[in-house]
Amino acid sequence: MYHSKKIIPGLIIFFLFMTFPFWFNIGGEAYVTPELVLPEDHENCIESVEFIRAEHMTILDQWRDAYVRDGYGLYESSLTGEMYAMSLTKTCMDCHDDKEQFCDRCHDSVSVSPYCWACHIEPEGVE
Amino acid sequence: MKAIYSLFLVFALILLAMIGAGTLGMEYLFGVIIPYLAVLAFVVGFMLKVIGWGKSAVPFRITSTCGQAKSFPWIKENKLENPSSTWGVIGRMFFEVFLFRSLFRNTKVEIHDGQRIAYSSSKWLWLFAILFHYTFLVIVLRHMRFFTEPVPYPFVLLDRLDGMLQIGAPVLYISSLIILAALFYLLLRRLLIPSMRYISLPSDYFPLFLIIGVVITGILMRYFLKTDIMAIKELSMGLVTFRPVTPEGIGVIFFIHLFLVSVLLFYFPISKLMHMGGVFLSPTRNMTGNTRMVRHVNPWNYPVKVHTYDAYEDEFREKMVEAGLPVVKPLEEKSENAENKE
Repeated sequence: MYHSKKIIPGLIIFFLFMTFPFWFNIGGEAYVTPELVLPEDHENCIESVEFIRAEHMTILDQWRDAYVRDGYGLYESSLTGEMYAMSLTKTCMDCHDDKEQFCDRCHDSVSVSPYCWACHIEPEGVE
Repeated sequence: MKAIYSLFLVFALILLAMIGAGTLGMEYLFGVIIPYLAVLAFVVGFMLKVIGWGKSAVPFRITSTCGQAKSFPWIKENKLENPSSTWGVIGRMFFEVFLFRSLFRNTKVEIHDGQRIAYSSSKWLWLFAILFHYTFLVIVLRHMRFFTEPVPYPFVLLDRLDGMLQIGAPVLYISSLIILAALFYLLLRRLLIPSMRYISLPSDYFPLFLIIGVVITGILMRYFLKTDIMAIKELSMGLVTFRPVTPEGIGVIFFIHLFLVSVLLFYFPISKLMHMGGVFLSPTRNMTGNTRMVRHVNPWNYPVKVHTYDAYEDEFREKMVEAGLPVVKPLEEKSENAENKE
């Protein structure tokens, strides 16, 4: 092979870059999805778990717009038919009252930083 | 037609993943086995290809450069376009690899008033090419949030910067918009410019449609169809820690996205996408233009047995003199002896 003194180091750099996720995790513990602390006094959230997992950010975004433009409104659950106030603090945080034990667990794990707390005051955790 | 074939090939791949991972439930095949094979084929195939290139000799300095070579002191050398030193070559390679200087030099030819030919600068290809490549890089780096735990700060920062417009939830990534615009420019350029269309092959359209497919499935998954991202992270972390799992609750859209990426990785080493490695081995970019200063010997030359004229004359001098042929070295003694004998 010609110019192997340049090509081989180049290929080693390529290999290290492309296998980054593999060697970066060597020695790490097996990844487990973070456990969430769920409220004990409620059977269900305002919608099914699958729906909430996928769509909670969209719901909050819609609620935010609805609140800012029209004032407080009510949200009808398609799961139970109950009415809920469109409010992060009054509805969601009423049960999920600890941001660190709930919101942050998953958000930190997948590097999501919602800007809810740019306006809302973080609720204090249960002492 | 060439574009249609490529498009339908990508549709077929999407359908394959939909049926395989969705209907038939072969999630382990599409989520673990194929991605592993794809990464293996990509890394090994890429390296073998580059080693294969390294084995072919480049006999001469390729002088099709765009500037004046080093010559007499009163002729100004173009040190970047035709460098005579290693540092000059490093500079030229830097501009080529990071800023796509060759594309920046792109011109277009126009005929005015029937007879006059005019060449003008054409930067659109350069602009969209560089947008595409850097956005693709940002997107790949951003995806590292699924392959690391905890996510290192540079990736977090990149993610924040990409989503800094804070539009909607999940926040809109600027890169999603740019890469779509750039890809559609690159596609429409091939489809709408007659000369480009004439020289475009399925191997030009297929990677374009494939990458468009990857991007669109990614965008659909993030903004529209949505699926359980925590389960996806469990799968992706399982892959990179060699503890593969296929958690419940991952939507088909994820497997389509992953399958298209896997196909892209398989296809990479055997396609024009190898310009990723090839740009570093461009002979017109990575060689010093010093043929006036250094003698370059063809690397496959073998020692040739030569017979110089001096040796030839030494061997045949007597016969040459006899035949009346002119000789360089008369060697009078020998000729005198010959005369005496007569």
